[in-house]
This record gives sequence, structure tokens and C-alpha cells, in this order.
Amino acid sequence: MAKKKPTKTEELLRNSDKSLPLLDVQDLTVEFVTRRGIVRAVQHINISVAKGESLAIVGESGSGKSVTSYAVMRILDRAGRITDGTVMFSGIDLRAMPENEIRDLRGREMSMIFQSPRLALNPIRKIGRQIEDVLHQHAQVDSGLVSEKAIEMLEHVRIARPRERYHAYPFELSGGMCQRVVIALALACKPQLLIADEPTTGLDVTTQKAVMDLTVDLTRERGMSMILITHDLGLAAAYCDRIVVMEKGHVVETAQAERIFKAPSHRYTRKLMRATPRPGVTLRDLLPEEEAKSARPIGHTDRHAAKPLLVVEKLVKEYPRNDARGTLTKLFGPRPAVEPENFRAVDGISFTVDRGESVGLVGESGCGKSTTSMMVMRLIDKTAGTIMFDGEDIGEIPARKFATLPLRKRIQMVFQDPTDSLNPRFTAARAIADPILRLGNGERAFVRERCEELARQVGLPVELLDRFPHQLSGGQKARVGIARAIALKPDLIVLDEPTAALDVSVQAVVLNLLQDLKDSLGMSYLFVSHDLNVVRLLCDRVIVMQTGQIVEQGPTDQVLVAPQAAYTRDLLTAIPHPPL
Amino acid sequence: MLTLISRRMMLVIPNLIGVVIITFLLTRALPGDPAAYFAGPAADKQAIEQIRVKLGLDKPLIVQFGRYVADLGHLNLGNSLTTGQPVLTEIKNRLPASAELTLFGLILSMSIAVPLGILAAVKQGSWIDHTCRVVATAGVSLPVFFTGLLLVYVFYFLLGWSPAPLGRLDVFFSPPPQITGFYLVDSLLNRDLSTFRAALSQLLLPGLTLCIFSLAPITRMTRASMLAVLASDFVRTASASGLDSRTVILTYAFRNAMLPVVTTLGMVFSFLLGANVLVEKVFAWPGIGSYAVEALIASDFAPVQGFVLAMAILYVLLNLIIDVLYGIIDPRVRLET
Repeated sequence: MAKKKPTKTEELLRNSDKSLPLLDVQDLTVEFVTRRGIVRAVQHINISVAKGESLAIVGESGSGKSVTSYAVMRILDRAGRITDGTVMFSGIDLRAMPENEIRDLRGREMSMIFQSPRLALNPIRKIGRQIEDVLHQHAQVDSGLVSEKAIEMLEHVRIARPRERYHAYPFELSGGMCQRVVIALALACKPQLLIADEPTTGLDVTTQKAVMDLTVDLTRERGMSMILITHDLGLAAAYCDRIVVMEKGHVVETAQAERIFKAPSHRYTRKLMRATPRPGVTLRDLLPEEEAKSARPIGHTDRHAAKPLLVVEKLVKEYPRNDARGTLTKLFGPRPAVEPENFRAVDGISFTVDRGESVGLVGESGCGKSTTSMMVMRLIDKTAGTIMFDGEDIGEIPARKFATLPLRKRIQMVFQDPTDSLNPRFTAARAIADPILRLGNGERAFVRERCEELARQVGLPVELLDRFPHQLSGGQKARVGIARAIALKPDLIVLDEPTAALDVSVQAVVLNLLQDLKDSLGMSYLFVSHDLNVVRLLCDRVIVMQTGQIVEQGPTDQVLVAPQAAYTRDLLTAIPHPPL
Repeated sequence: MLTLISRRMMLVIPNLIGVVIITFLLTRALPGDPAAYFAGPAADKQAIEQIRVKLGLDKPLIVQFGRYVADLGHLNLGNSLTTGQPVLTEIKNRLPASAELTLFGLILSMSIAVPLGILAAVKQGSWIDHTCRVVATAGVSLPVFFTGLLLVYVFYFLLGWSPAPLGRLDVFFSPPPQITGFYLVDSLLNRDLSTFRAALSQLLLPGLTLCIFSLAPITRMTRASMLAVLASDFVRTASASGLDSRTVILTYAFRNAMLPVVTTLGMVFSFLLGANVLVEKVFAWPGIGSYAVEALIASDFAPVQGFVLAMAILYVLLNLIIDVLYGIIDPRVRLET
């Protein structure tokens, strides 16, 4: 394919007034037709981005931040519609533009990167080919050179061995690597505007830093403008010049990044600011000002240091490397090459949890923290080592049997995804009652009373008990999950990233709730998380894991303020630091 | 890719062993005494007993099975008691007729159903979507013998466009020399266009009958699978990078949507082989289905055994092909196996 002649739009773009903002959104309103009538996702918002500027749109779920970006790109799904306002790109009205012309702009003048990068790529097409598709579409390069150009793009996004990786499929790459490919795809045709929609959600903190640094470097280098859409105020302030805060479809505040952090003017921004976990604050500081004052001071549970509740020693979990192969192929097939037989997910770790203590287990994905928590929960069997719970060796009890033992009552779990961990056909009350019905004895007659009591304990309005999960908000579902976990008055709760799927303001409330419950019920927590700022707030002690081993453990203040291990320092520096 | 095929081939072996055992037991479980049937109505007890010995039916099951397997090793499927012909020859003659009809119906159906399904998904809620739903539902709700008779009534009796529904070829034509056994292919290979046309005109109505029957599952599956893929993240990425709708729909969405469609195709093919028995009856098609039914009624177990064996091998091969197709479409499958 030879280079195309410049189209009318290209002429317009070339001759447009250089002093105009690159993107100017005025009075934009987007409506969605749903079964329950028309929903206004975005209402009369104004946003403008100057050439070379980076702007962040910050808001919680349902604030309309993503819808705004889809409206700008005109890729709203069929139920959504721009009903009012103008979207001007370099002085061209995007709203009035016919579909075939705006398609030329997408990817060439403005492009987008998405969250969950692995899903954002075509799973069955080589990544190099996917970049080529974009180059072909916009006729950027002569067809003979197109694969060279794609490899060059992979090199630009700092993918090692780009010539080999050109032939890779998305499933062969890590999440961070996939996001680099998506960035290469977005920047291949040298657009003027890059919209990044939660580009680092689901990535580890060090990967997040690498991806964000890369994005900002590349956009600066090319003089591009960027819109970063995120729920993380810290991330926004660290990487962008200006911040737009959105709430329920409205823009509530627009200001320079430093200004927002130093002197947030709108009530909602202040609430968001306060709720963001950061160094130098306590759990209570996360709550809105009014509530923080009325909350009880954080209690000090006295720990019986003499006799720890949980003692884990030299715990090992190995997985066979290749278990997918059928027995028959083993019989008939050629002998597989001898590989290092087993993969050690957890490699001989030892730690203790005292009564009334909360211990944070941190590390990046694949470090073995979830495997450890599953072994402590006795959901999977260990390969070696001991797990002593209150003087009893629970590691020796097979996982299959453990579920029915009375001991199970004393260890409970709160899961990562509040939605997925509730049976969609159970009401909230039924979900909370589940462990009581299964394991509680003598309490059956009073199940309803007990559920209501638990609901009050976790701050769930009692009238919501008869609702199904889909009728509850994220925070309410999290409360149901917590109520279920404390229903049998356990001694130890394993919390597997219980707030990762929640908005920051909800997270603040849930974290405070967890703290209060611990104080009043005298439970111990094993808190699994990758978010060091959250761990800092809730945990007395921290264990840092890397590739199945513990690299550092100690009191929270000590580990997070003066880390000894290089890995802990890496984790800490990777947390976005807003300009304070 | 080659390792996938070879590994998959190895899984065919136990499948085939199972098939051999089951066909053997199944035919032994059939009601009726083949020795009595073979001896004829006039035979006395002694004659029947003699025949039983001659057929080897007096031996224990395991010995019979040993002989059966040994015969299979020599490609000897036994003789049909009713026609006296070796079963293998009969199957060889009749299987291509059935296979040609089924494949023709399937290809016809695919060429209509797949584009229809894609269109219905892309233009969800439009008149195309609704038409597609109506056509598919109507097709699957009518039994094949009814559609077959209806087509014969309209196109042969009323309009006279199509030849008499009497077999694979009009009596005035002689079948093309056998190469593949498929008349359409063989006549083309012999550059005999008039035979080709005659064979096609005979094939059209029964093929259409099967096609109408199989439209529904293929269209519905294509549509559902396309809708799911069109809503996925990578299609959004593709449209956000400005790829034109052709590339987005065909290269990005359709290839990903193919996997469930291919699975459905396999299932539809087996339905069609079943539906074939009726269609062959209606159109006097000299296929394997009608042969098997007649043998079954006559308690003639060698042909039944041969038929079940042939069908089972066909299914096993079909599944092999589908798995290989999976591997071609989806690189992840290649890695797993």
C-alpha cells in the first residue's frame, strides 16, 4: 500500500490554529438507554487539553470518567449517545464528523490504551501483526517496511528482543509486557493525543511504575498530549500537569496537580484526598472529616506474645511444571525432556501471627503470598513444613477433610472480589448464615437474629439483608463478605486483598471497619495485599515476599520506613509519589 | 502444529479400540437369532444348530470377539445375510453417496448460516437479525422428511424444475468412473459437465433439506459467539485504533468467534448423518443409512456392525479434524496439548 493522499481532515488538521487547545470538550452530555430508562452518565462537562499537556481525569466508579473518553473517541457502545455539547479536536468538530472520517483519526491522531492489557489484545493474532494492522490502516509506511516499523515500535516501548517478540501471542507475555504492546499499538501512527484509561489497574506496583514512566517519557518525547483516566489521585498527581475531578457525571474541580493536593477546594476532592492511603496518616484520617471526629480512637489490643496463634515453619509448596499432559500421551507419546521437575511457589517460609495481631503479607503477583494464605486456610495441601494453629498441627490434616472439622470455624477468609465471592442466588442474609448453618451448632434456631446482629456489627443496614448481591453496592457486598467471615467468631481471618476492587472512599470505610472488628472481637488478621499503603495502615507487622521466599519481616513502622532489603525499597519507591 | 496432530492421533487409538469393542457387544445384544434367520423358516432345530456352528455363534463371546478382531485385521467385515454381498463392498459403494449428500448439505448450510449469523450479530436488532431468527427457527422445527416432501412437491410436482427424486443420477446418465465416489467431484475430474449438472440437480433438493435443518444451530451459534466477541476488549482496542469495520469484524472478531462455531459444525455433522436416514428414504438415495435400517430390521448383524463401525470411525476422524482446526485457529490450543 502506498502512502495515501492527504484527506480533507488532514488538510484541516494541518492548517488548524496552533493556539487552539488540542481537545476542547464543551457542555458534553452522554446518555445511556437502559432497561430502567435513560441514564445520564456524563452531564454538561467541560474539559480542555492543550498541546503537549497531560491531564488526569480522576473519579470513582460511576463518575463518568471512562464514558467521557469513549465519547471523545466516539466508541460508545450502541446504548450510549452524545446528546449535547461539542467535542472539538484541533478546531474540528468531532461530533459532526461522519464515521468513516473519524475512523481515520482514531489511532492516527488520537489513540487509547486500556485497562487489563492482556484482554485488550487479540488473543489469536501475533502482536507484531496487530501493530502492522494499525500501520496498514493508516498507510503510515510502505507495505514492504511495515514489519520493520512494527519491530521498531516494540523496541521503542522497551521490549527486549523485539524481533522474536514480534511473533509472540498475548498469552505468552506478562501483563506489563502486554501493556507495552498496547502502548506500541497506540503510538505507532504518532497520534497527537493519547487517552490512557486506567492503564495500570491490575498491574504490580513496580510494573505500574515502569508502564507509567514509559508512557510519560514517550508522550513527552513526541510532544503529545495525554489524558490519564484513573481512580488513583496519587498516580494522577505524580504523572500529570492538571487534574479534573469527576463525581456522578459532573466535573467538580479542575486544578493544577500540586494545587489539588495542597488546597483541594471541592468537598468531594477533599473526601477523595483524605480517603487515599498515604504515609503519615492513621486509619481514622481516611474517613470524611465529620466521621473521623466521632470515631473511637484505635484501641490497643494486648497481645499474648508468649503464645502465638499461628506458627508457620519452613512451609513449602511445589507444583509440577507440566500437569496438563494426559496419561495416555505419557504412555504413547515421546518421553518429555527432563525439566527441573517442580516449581516452588512457596519456598520454605517461617512466620508467626500472635493473638490479636494483624500481619501483612505483601509482594507482587507470583511471589507466593496467595498460595501461602491458601495453605494457612487449609484449602490446598502443603508440600513440606508445619502449620501450627493454636498448638495443633493443622498442616497435617488433608485439605479435603479440614472443611468439615470444628477447627474450620476458627479460621475464616474474606476474599478479593466482593461480587464473585458471593453466591448470586443467595440473599445477603443467606450468605451470612451459610457458615452458621454448615458449622454452627445450637445456633440454628436463632440464625436470623444472629444475621441481624452481624449486619449491625459490620454496618450493613438490616433491611438490606433480603437483597441479592446484584442489588447491593460494592461496599455493601464487602460488608456481607466480612459479616460472613466473622459469623462463627473466628480467631484468625485471612484477608485476601479485601479492598482491591473497591473505590478509595469505600476502602477507607471498610479498612476502619476491619480495624474496629479486630479490636472488639480480638481476632488476628493475616492480610494479603500488594498495596503497601494499605498494609501500613492496618497491620502491626509486615512480611515481604519475593519468589516464594521471605525477604524481610518486622514491625510495620520499621519495615516501611527503614527497609533493609533492596526489594522492599524497590516496592516502596515504585509507589507513585505525588508532588507534595 | 505437527506435534499437536501426532499427539491427537495417539488419542485416536484408544478411541478406535473402544469403538471396536462396543460395536461387537452392541450387535450381540440385538434381539433376534441370526442363525434362525439365516436358516430360513423351514429349517428345523438341528439345521439351525448347524448354521450356528458354521457362523461360529456357538463359541464363547471372547472367542467370537477374537475372530471378529482378526477378521477386521484383514478388512473382512463379513457378508450380509440378506444380499450375500461382502459388507465392506456395500459400505464402500454406499458411503460416498451418504457422505456426498451430508457434506453438500453442510457446506450449503454453512455458506448461508455463517454470513447470516455474522450479519445478525453486527446489525443486532435490525430486520436481518429478526429474519435470521425466523428462518432458523422454522428450519429446525420442521422434520426433515416433511421438508423433503414439501420440496419435492413444490419443485418437482408443481413447478417441474427439478428431476424425479429417484437416486443420485437420472437413468439416462451413467455414473462417472469412480475416483472419490463423489459424483460431483468425479464428473468434474472427468470434465464431464453434463453428468455434473445431472448429479447436481439430483443432489440439490436432498441437500437443501439437510441444509434447512442445520441452518438453525449454525446461525444461532455464529450470532451468539460473534456478539460475545464483538463486546470484548480487544475489539474495542481495534476500533479505537481506527481499523476499518471489515478488518475489525472479519480479522479480529470472526476468527475469535470461529471456535464455538467449529465445535457446533462437528455436532451438526453428526446430526446430519442421523437425519440422513430419513432423507435417503424420501429421495430414494442409495446411501448407507437406508442400508443399515434394512439390515437392522432383518436382524442381519454383519452390516449393522459394519455401519456402526464406519460411522464411529467417521466421528473419530471428524473430531480429529475439528481438534486440528482448533489448533490452526487458536495458538493457545497448540501450547496446551
